[in-house]
Amino acid sequence: MTTSEKSVITDELLAFIGVKSKPATYDIERHAVERFACAIGDPNPLYSDVDAARVSSYGGLIAPPTFFRSLLHGDYPTVYPEPFAHILDGGSKYRYFEPVRVGDQITVVRKITDLFEKHGRMGTMLFKVTEITYTNQHGKDVATQATTTITYGTGEKDSGVGDH
Amino acid sequence: MAITKRNSGLETPALWFEDVAVGDVLPDLVKEPDTRQLVMYAGASQDFVAIHYDHKVAAEAGHPKVIIHGALKSAWLGELVTGWIGSTGRLLELDVSYRAIDFPDDTATCVGKVTGTRIEDGVGLVEVEIGLRNAEGQITTPGRALVSLPTKSAFS
Repeated sequence: MTTSEKSVITDELLAFIGVKSKPATYDIERHAVERFACAIGDPNPLYSDVDAARVSSYGGLIAPPTFFRSLLHGDYPTVYPEPFAHILDGGSKYRYFEPVRVGDQITVVRKITDLFEKHGRMGTMLFKVTEITYTNQHGKDVATQATTTITYGTGEKDSGVGDH
Repeated sequence: MAITKRNSGLETPALWFEDVAVGDVLPDLVKEPDTRQLVMYAGASQDFVAIHYDHKVAAEAGHPKVIIHGALKSAWLGELVTGWIGSTGRLLELDVSYRAIDFPDDTATCVGKVTGTRIEDGVGLVEVEIGLRNAEGQITTPGRALVSLPTKSAFS
């Protein structure tokens, strides 16, 4: 970083590392799972065919591996001070421990685990690494998702920029 | 969360650990996304970042048209792997990295290859390299997965 490029990672932003979002709990509804599977175009009967799912090794309907994307996290205790207007998704790393079943209740908690910046063609870019934990009604962690989100640029904020 | 005979229900495994070897290629999963699917995905996932449905916003960001959600590409790569292992295999890990942008109306092909097999605590584990290949043959979205498969010895 040259002296002309001021760091966007302020103490206020750094203070967010490790802070957890308020828990958000969702009922895993059959039709939400079916709608998600239909939207991604996955015809697997485990997501929509009750009879086929019942005789499978799962014993009932389950949710697709990336269904977690539809379970939004709750707010942070204070508003995350996003400095940029535009957003790019860098990727996700999922770890699966238990299947998510239709009828489960899943609680979502997200925390920021790292913040760093890079300077490139689009100016300064802020990289935010988060870890999201999904816990079922039995208190078991069913999965985690580590995400990398990149924000950059000024101007009118993208709709949805604050949700990621 | 590997499965064993004890909790396998009524199913006979479609894919056994013993039948998989390093270098095996997964059946390609071909997707023909259109803007309608992007709107469906936005609604189902509640991802309303406008670059995925608003041509003006996409143009301002320098794109010829709206762009595909990265997470939708992850979903396809998940389908590639779970479709291959069948309902007696278990997806344990899925890593996806969005290196380049993909557009609706372009054919997207999900590809995969077995890179490792091992048995840990009696569980058959298979490591798979996966990726989404665009119409130009470029892997825009590389990734990896770890799955468990039933072993014949555990069922005998």
